[in-house]
Amino acid sequence: MAKLRTRKHKVVLARSAGGDAGITVLLVILGVFMFVPMYYVVIQSLKPLDELWMFPPRFIVYNPTFKNFKDLFSLMSGNLVPFSRYIFNTVFTSVAGTAGHLFVASLAAYALAKIKFPGAKGTFKLVQTSLMFHQTVTAITSFILMSALNMIDTYWAIVIPAWGSTLGLYLMKQFMDTNVTDAVLESSRLDGASELRTFWVIAMPMVKPAWLTLIVYSFQSLWNAGQSVYIHSEQLKSLNYAIQQITAGGIKRAGASAAATVVMMLVPILVFVVTQSNIIETMGSSGMKD
Amino acid sequence: MSEKTAKKKAVSRSEMTKWQWTWKEIKRNKVAYAMIAPYMLIFLCFTVLPVVLSMVISFTDFNMLEFPTPVGFKNYTRLFLYDDIFLIACKNTLIFAIIVGPVSYLMSLMVAWFINELSPRIRAIVTLIFYAPSISGQAYLVWGTLFSGDSYGWANAILMELGMITTEIQFFKDADWVMPLCIIVALWTSLGTSFLSFIAGLQGIDKAQFEAGAVDGIRNRWQELWYITLPNMKPQLMFGAVMAITNSFGFGGVVTALCGFPSVDYAAHTIVHHLDDYGGQRFEIGYSSAIAVVLFAVMIGSNALVKKILSKVGS
Repeated sequence: MAKLRTRKHKVVLARSAGGDAGITVLLVILGVFMFVPMYYVVIQSLKPLDELWMFPPRFIVYNPTFKNFKDLFSLMSGNLVPFSRYIFNTVFTSVAGTAGHLFVASLAAYALAKIKFPGAKGTFKLVQTSLMFHQTVTAITSFILMSALNMIDTYWAIVIPAWGSTLGLYLMKQFMDTNVTDAVLESSRLDGASELRTFWVIAMPMVKPAWLTLIVYSFQSLWNAGQSVYIHSEQLKSLNYAIQQITAGGIKRAGASAAATVVMMLVPILVFVVTQSNIIETMGSSGMKD
Repeated sequence: MSEKTAKKKAVSRSEMTKWQWTWKEIKRNKVAYAMIAPYMLIFLCFTVLPVVLSMVISFTDFNMLEFPTPVGFKNYTRLFLYDDIFLIACKNTLIFAIIVGPVSYLMSLMVAWFINELSPRIRAIVTLIFYAPSISGQAYLVWGTLFSGDSYGWANAILMELGMITTEIQFFKDADWVMPLCIIVALWTSLGTSFLSFIAGLQGIDKAQFEAGAVDGIRNRWQELWYITLPNMKPQLMFGAVMAITNSFGFGGVVTALCGFPSVDYAAHTIVHHLDDYGGQRFEIGYSSAIAVVLFAVMIGSNALVKKILSKVGS
């Protein structure tokens, strides 16, 4: 029988010191691999021009400066389309896409998870299968459909498909399965509340972690969306696209482009930091039971 | 009273045919259909219909201007028998998927497992370090800087300082380097949703099971992992696998951003690039749809394979 020892008052299995050491070393190596490029992104944005073009390149900044960020904003103001327009485009599509997705997907997830009706299982199976398909594969046929619906070159081409995102519905449905008890819903129904009211007043407040997860996922993908094949007017293009145009400016813009990357990545990272515990909670029920 | 109605219902059910019963249930649950309707409409329109449409169009010649003309299996025979670049793309996609899929999957699982016993605060920080690259938008372009073709690139600078090379290596323009580098970048961005799912799955396992396992003769952490931990998080393992497969096939955009299109000597040309080449640039929609259908088949096939492998876990 294995040896038991206690650690913090809990019975745990004997862990060999060699295993502990090996795991720590592996974790540190992988951690360095993940962290160093991110660190490099950040310090590049703080380097003055002469340090950006220093041989050999340095992993520390001698004279950190925010000049790159200032340059970025002055470059933004020199654009054909006012830069605030790109910011508006991305913020609008992110907010509209995320809000609609949260509402539409939660409504469907509730029905699929908590009401037994013919076709519910098959419908969910279909959604689950579609998790396997990456969007890039259907980009061309989607384009044909969107032009048939006259959605090309409007915000709707970005916003409406985001409402139907698969991962959000999947996570919400799974979370409701485990975290909304039927007894509570039943008593609400017996009180004469309509299904819609039960959903809104009883079920939704019980699944706040899943809301946050849906919001974060949807927001991240819309925020990071670059140039879309569905949009060709300059007035409707995304912030990410505009920033890529600045980055494409070559060597003299290396500083501003590093600053741009930092600004763009800071938003999703901060959002994740704030919501991490809720997302992990939601992921607890993400498993695929067949 | 309620018992009586229940009885009545049961009797009436046995008298009905299956279809009558179903129809009655459908009418009774009108609200449920109304609730899923908005989502399903969008989902069918922008997720299912494009897939079906690809399948139909793949048997036609279609250039977006004229009405498609049916051509039978011509697109498929052309794809497999006459298109050498497609075969290169298949090979690259396969190498890419076979390395990136399993390695990123195992990496996510291992890291999640390693950090499972850390204190919650440290675990949150480590999670952030590993997860951040996958949500950082364009940050992967930093690899283009680290491995840039001039001596300001970090990799070239180190190799030159060490005296191992005298002229710079054009990393992303060199057919020998393109594929390994793209794989590294792919791995760097791959600790995403499946990683979080694994962390949550590990946290959710009942601690009492480990204690019981210890009493039953589990000797070390490896046995514990195989016999207790993994079987307990099988649903998460399956979900993570689906996510990992989908991501490893949808990686074309990153390759294009780093290596340009087409990549040098088609060294990093994947099926997704081929699809985009014919669909987005040459407007041979029928042909590109055939490519898409092949990709669907590969994705579904690899998911089925993974399902089979995962059923062996813990035995």
